[in-house]
Amino acid sequence: MATLKELASKEELFCGGHRLCAGCGIPPIMRTILKSAGAPVAVTTSTGCLEVGSTIYPYSAWRTPWIHSAFENAGATISGMEAAYTALKRKGKLPCGDKEIKFMAVGGDGGTYDIGFQALSGALERGHDFVYVCYDNGAYMNTGIQRSSATPMGSATTTSPAGSVIPGKQEYRKDLTRIVVAHGVKYVGQSSPHNWKDLAMKAEKAFAVKGPTFLNVISPCPLGWYTKSEVSMETAKVAVDTCFWPLYEVEEGVMKLNYKPKTKRPIEDWLKMQGRFKHLFKGDHTELIAKIQEGIDKDWQRLLDIDGKAIF
Amino acid sequence: MSAALKQKKVGLTGNSAVAYAMMQIDPDVVPAYPITPSTTIIEEFSSYHADGKVTGELITVESEHSAMSASVGAAAAGARVMTATSAQGLALMWEVLYIASGMRLPIIMPIVNRALSAPINIHCDHSDSMGARDSGWIQLYAETVQEAYDNTIMAVRIAEESDVLLPIMSCQDGFITSHAIECLELIEDKDVKDFVGEYVPKDTLLDVDNPVTMGAMALPEFYMEFKRDQSNAMTRAKDAVSKISAEFAETFGREYGLFESYKLDDADVAIVVLSSAAGTTKVAIDKLRAEGKKVGLLRPRLYRPWPHAEIAEALKNVKVVCVLDRADSMNDFGGPLFGDVRSALFDLDTAPKVFGRIFGLGGRDYKVVDAEGVIGELYKVLETGKIEQLNRYITI
Repeated sequence: MATLKELASKEELFCGGHRLCAGCGIPPIMRTILKSAGAPVAVTTSTGCLEVGSTIYPYSAWRTPWIHSAFENAGATISGMEAAYTALKRKGKLPCGDKEIKFMAVGGDGGTYDIGFQALSGALERGHDFVYVCYDNGAYMNTGIQRSSATPMGSATTTSPAGSVIPGKQEYRKDLTRIVVAHGVKYVGQSSPHNWKDLAMKAEKAFAVKGPTFLNVISPCPLGWYTKSEVSMETAKVAVDTCFWPLYEVEEGVMKLNYKPKTKRPIEDWLKMQGRFKHLFKGDHTELIAKIQEGIDKDWQRLLDIDGKAIF
Repeated sequence: MSAALKQKKVGLTGNSAVAYAMMQIDPDVVPAYPITPSTTIIEEFSSYHADGKVTGELITVESEHSAMSASVGAAAAGARVMTATSAQGLALMWEVLYIASGMRLPIIMPIVNRALSAPINIHCDHSDSMGARDSGWIQLYAETVQEAYDNTIMAVRIAEESDVLLPIMSCQDGFITSHAIECLELIEDKDVKDFVGEYVPKDTLLDVDNPVTMGAMALPEFYMEFKRDQSNAMTRAKDAVSKISAEFAETFGREYGLFESYKLDDADVAIVVLSSAAGTTKVAIDKLRAEGKKVGLLRPRLYRPWPHAEIAEALKNVKVVCVLDRADSMNDFGGPLFGDVRSALFDLDTAPKVFGRIFGLGGRDYKVVDAEGVIGELYKVLETGKIEQLNRYITI
């Protein structure tokens, strides 16, 4: 595993000059993951912040082969790319000889949990050799903060606004990491960019596996979370310390919690940092907050119960 | 014409013939998803794959949307890519069809024409590929099993022509052609491989030493230039079809043009129709020619790009034309082929009178007697100089 110094000295394959927001979690996630790949990577990105922010023609922030096709098809696009590599390698027709190439598909939570879910599931089942990275900022941020199935309970979005009758999103979020684990792939990791070491380690492991792997990475979004740009990494850290976003991995079917906070902080600590939850602290929403906490406690306990165990 | 290369005569269905052509072409990647009536193409190709008769990758995707998306990914990575579909499958691909053509990826897709839901129906009409007529794909329509086979082979060259680089649909009629056994000549494997040659893409995602960005966002200051380039490529595709069809005729002895003219030279009246219905129409024409009626037929083979000038030239001396559409545009004016033919004839000094009829939807039979009925209508217009009904349904 590379040191921070080694990582920092590696070539930036996702370079500056892109138009993502200050404080956006996506650039540090991309840079850390690309530096951990260990081989050239061909990337596809589904429609979303990363795509729009990095490739406004005639500019590109990518110093590695990159393609955008549509919103819901990153899983299928990468399947085609990987199959082309396999076929052309076998036929001796690769443009760069026998050089090893890795494949990575990237989508936001909208493009992964929702509209791209089928293509992702299909690609995982077929066993293509690729890493799928979801940057989960908890809503359709690119189109203006609409609710996705990754949006946390209680969050105000433009399609689940904090109304006078309905105070934000009323449902628990979809546990996509768990669903991907159920596909039986060899490596699944849930990570956060505030912990570069955890993210780099998981990316390294994911790329080293032959077959499909999945990384779900929380991605702070100053725009949609209503936070200041400079507190993004702190917000991500508190998401982990409250156990809203546990850091764990499932390697060859064995579950491992990578981080257990000494003291599990109450979810209010995280909610209060973000404008998207501010309505919960005006008027009486103690019941809803308790329900949010209850969901987190239940999920965390389930993870503690299976920690260190073979789960499939 | 030089002596055509040796070929063997066999009886095959349209789908078997197309699957056989795919085996001979041996594309690098075939993403595939089953849908009636194109299913047997990919079933048979899967057998060729399982038996080691092809060397590429078969991706059995989870939907047609993913079939076309994987095709885009594979083609952008530099692979020669083929897939096949029908009806709802093509409709589900619709979004990605535009991405394939906009990114100038020469994907080859046999289409087995079938009616679109609702009501659900598995039989032939052209509503599926007509819905994709403006998607930037080249479209060929075959009358017979032989032509479906030959078009599949020629499609590879047309799509990959260096000044074209556009995806192509090679269409045949569902069940009528796809499941009917006809006698055809199969080209030797080696000769097919020689004819289609190697695909040498210019920029690919696998050239990691020269990384490219594909599918970038083009805002108003650039988007239109991309579209103009694409449109110009579509214009050039017409000449590519002529050139490659001529080379095919030279090599294998079967001649195909942009369209087929049947007894059109001295015709007073003519029918324009696509695909297998042309065969039925020819029988009626022969019958009425024997009675002294000057009837002809024009069967477009290339529908996108639309060879409008050539078609106008071919129909300029005809007095009345009926365009038969196996799809309705639901526009209170006429089917898609009707609109294109009528528009192509508009600038002629003495344009023929043109009316349209919608026929054969959802696999409804189109019989010789139906063609005779159309010819009767053509003669009525010829005699009275009046079109009573610009468009209506027949075979109903």
